[in-house]
Amino acid sequence: MLDGADSYVTEDGRTIGGVVMEMKNITLRFGGVVAIKDISFDIREGEIRAIIGPNGAGKSSMLNVISGFYSPQEGEVWFRGTKRPPMKPYEVARYGIARTFQNIALFDGMSVLDNVMTGRLNYMKTNLFQQAIWKGRAQREEVENREAVEKIIDFLEIQAIRHTPVARLPYGLKKRVELARALAAEPKLLLLDEPMAGMNVEEKEDMSRFILDVNDEFGTTIALIEHDMGVVMDLSDRVVVMDYGKKIGDGTPDEVRNNQDVIDAYLGVAHD
Amino acid sequence: MSQTTAQTSSGAGQILSVPALLERNALRFATRPAYREKEFGIWQSWTWAETAEEIEALALGFLNLGIAEGDFIAIIGRNRPTLYWSMVAAQCVGAVPVPIYQDSGAEEMAYVLEHCGAAYVVAGDQEQVDKVIEVKDQLPNLKHVIYVDPRGLRKYDHHQLHQYSHVQEQGRAARDEFSGDLAARKAKLTYDSTCVMLYTSGTTGRPKGVVLSNRNVIETAKNAAEFDTLSEREEILSYLPMAWVGDFIFSLGQAYWCGFCVNCPESEDTMMTDLREIGPTYFFAPPRVFEGQLTNVMIRMEDASPFKRRMFHYFLNYARKVGGLILDGKPVAFMDRLKYALGNILVYGPLKDTLGYGRIRVGYTAGEAIGPEIFDFYRSLGINLKQLYGQTEATVFITLQPDGEVRADTVGVPAPDVEIKIDATGEIFYRSPGTFVEYYKNADSTASTKDAEGWVATGDAGFIEESSGHLRIIDRAKDVGKMADGAMFAPKYVENKLKFYPDILEAVLFGNGRDHCVAFINIDLTAVGNWAERNNIAYASYQELAQHPRVLETIKAHVEAVNVSVAQDEMLSGCQVHRFVVLHKELDADDGEMTRTRKVRRRIVEEKFADIIAALYDGSEQIATRTEVTYEDGRKGAISAVLTCVDAKVQSSFTQMVAAE
Repeated sequence: MLDGADSYVTEDGRTIGGVVMEMKNITLRFGGVVAIKDISFDIREGEIRAIIGPNGAGKSSMLNVISGFYSPQEGEVWFRGTKRPPMKPYEVARYGIARTFQNIALFDGMSVLDNVMTGRLNYMKTNLFQQAIWKGRAQREEVENREAVEKIIDFLEIQAIRHTPVARLPYGLKKRVELARALAAEPKLLLLDEPMAGMNVEEKEDMSRFILDVNDEFGTTIALIEHDMGVVMDLSDRVVVMDYGKKIGDGTPDEVRNNQDVIDAYLGVAHD
Repeated sequence: MSQTTAQTSSGAGQILSVPALLERNALRFATRPAYREKEFGIWQSWTWAETAEEIEALALGFLNLGIAEGDFIAIIGRNRPTLYWSMVAAQCVGAVPVPIYQDSGAEEMAYVLEHCGAAYVVAGDQEQVDKVIEVKDQLPNLKHVIYVDPRGLRKYDHHQLHQYSHVQEQGRAARDEFSGDLAARKAKLTYDSTCVMLYTSGTTGRPKGVVLSNRNVIETAKNAAEFDTLSEREEILSYLPMAWVGDFIFSLGQAYWCGFCVNCPESEDTMMTDLREIGPTYFFAPPRVFEGQLTNVMIRMEDASPFKRRMFHYFLNYARKVGGLILDGKPVAFMDRLKYALGNILVYGPLKDTLGYGRIRVGYTAGEAIGPEIFDFYRSLGINLKQLYGQTEATVFITLQPDGEVRADTVGVPAPDVEIKIDATGEIFYRSPGTFVEYYKNADSTASTKDAEGWVATGDAGFIEESSGHLRIIDRAKDVGKMADGAMFAPKYVENKLKFYPDILEAVLFGNGRDHCVAFINIDLTAVGNWAERNNIAYASYQELAQHPRVLETIKAHVEAVNVSVAQDEMLSGCQVHRFVVLHKELDADDGEMTRTRKVRRRIVEEKFADIIAALYDGSEQIATRTEVTYEDGRKGAISAVLTCVDAKVQSSFTQMVAAE
């Protein structure tokens, strides 16, 4: 279907570029448990790539391999044309990868603003001492970063809760704040782990719109895991389907929807 | 009076249009702030000189796009300086701005756009652009759409779509070509040329386009500004819909006449924070806002520490006694004044500051009757809250309350240059410089509303109180009816009493032509939800909470208390509520049950819930019902519920007592 580094333009006028990340024959084991079995796929510049599958299929493990949190026993991860060595999380962040978590991981006692500011950590060069004095460079730096954060707050429409401690927010808004923090890092690749889990219809619609807008406005490449089929099919350009650690389908939403293996995995078949 | 009029005509003689006022302000108040908007967490501001430049660039851009004189330009979006500038820029090029309610659905919007034949639309953001695109096929006249916020719109087909800032840039680039044309078009504006067209919210039937001239807008803005001695030092917060005549007069008419600063909130949700940061000196809000804030304060005080709570209630009771008198400049004992001053330091001051009312010099409420207790609450804190009575057709002002003559049950004396008369049926008529020109493309309605001598029928019933000369409104003339026994039926009177309870968001009374009255009640989810939380009452949905036995019990107590108070009024004692239901859904503008300005559409509610009304009258204990609802995006669904009809105790009324003897 797609080959090489050719870019193409989608129906809604977005340009999808060449491959930015490629997973080659990844196998991940935890002791005797094989979480991911020999999976290969790629992510292209500017696309929204979904990873779906039933519970326990290995989706979150896959996302953790992409983010560098897990190092697979076999296989290679290629990022922007070079093979990626095993990395520490902060190194991953410097590579331009940011993520949100399935179970929200914010600083509960801090305000929304401060939480989002932590996403700018990589852009702060001054040390603790300089920041304590808060003159010259440190002050300038904070103003610059605050401006970047305010743009994201405006973008995600969370102005009204700017100074609210995160612990007091409802679930749907916390998810949005987490997205804001990930965006504050200005990532090239954004990983979203079940961004819509536990949300009501309205919150899901809002979140979908924000994901599309992020992709559209900043050209961010997005890889996401999601359970809600409707959302996945509407949002994504291409879908990888996993089941029991194996890849059983890969293609556009339409292709995947008509794939017999995928239908079997979701609706269940008699095993003989 | 005649002296003022003489001064007026000479004073306003030079200035015949809003663009001319802008030119004056750009010279006279060049460095004073004209607009502020909170963006990215910081208040950005524009002086009058900068505003004039922004508007000129946009007007040139409009010429560049080919906007002709007499074209209608629809303005859709939340209150932002850019959209106010669009209105004035439209006036500068001889076009007519038509602000449209931003929360109206695509179909409602299509009706208005089609009716005025809007050739251009200035939309705030993607949401509004999408709605216009959705109904584009019904709008053969539509040429171009201009949007302010580019987010999400980059990939749209830009043949007919333009970014606001680009239109301005092109305007600036084309200054040499078009500045002559622009000056010529501005010079052609007269006192009688159309200033704006505003669509009425339409309590009944389709919205009507009210055409207002420069004379209407400038004369009324001036008169009302002089009435309250407004100056260029006022600060206002513009947060009410731009399509509503009040916002047009306060944020544009009076702002341009006086030269004061218009502050636009960051977003709809941040309005309360922004209000507090700005601390307006001149403030307008419908009763709903004041009710909501009072409910909030009371809820939060419930959660405060016992000491604070006691102090709050102690001083509040005290303020109720003397606060209003002090504000009205009436004599008050020295000790009382001292105690009030102490209360001001401990309670009133901090409270006003929290609410954002610390600097209010003149505050108005209108649109609906305000509960007397709510009204007195704010006045007792020392906030100069007053009432006015007006409508779109009068360019707002018909009557106003002068300082020192403020009461909850009247709406004041005729505004300067306004004449009022009451006809035999009790309907109020007025004639003023603000009297509208016509309903656009609706000569029949114009003729039936405005007679040859310029008297306009308000559709409201009321009377002038002889002792004070103040006007009192009873109800909508067509809503006032008769009960089966001939007693007067004035639903709003009872509904307002019910709505004073924080638990009750909305009430609708029925009983015209019947022998007794029944009511629908909407609970206030914030207040009742908070109460439920404190009382460990679990509920899964609005519906479940609304039908909870303890909620019904509380509401029943409220209804019975209202009955007691209604029974005391000789004329209206027949309007006591015999039975009621708490509705399973909030009455909503999206379902057509309310207008966009949140007034109940009685007839529609009556038709839609006919089954429930029948059940209330036939004595059944429960009624199973199914109601169609419209979601915000226009999709439809249905909710079913079983509602309990509750009997409320009524007081034997005055007439019945007489009959019994």
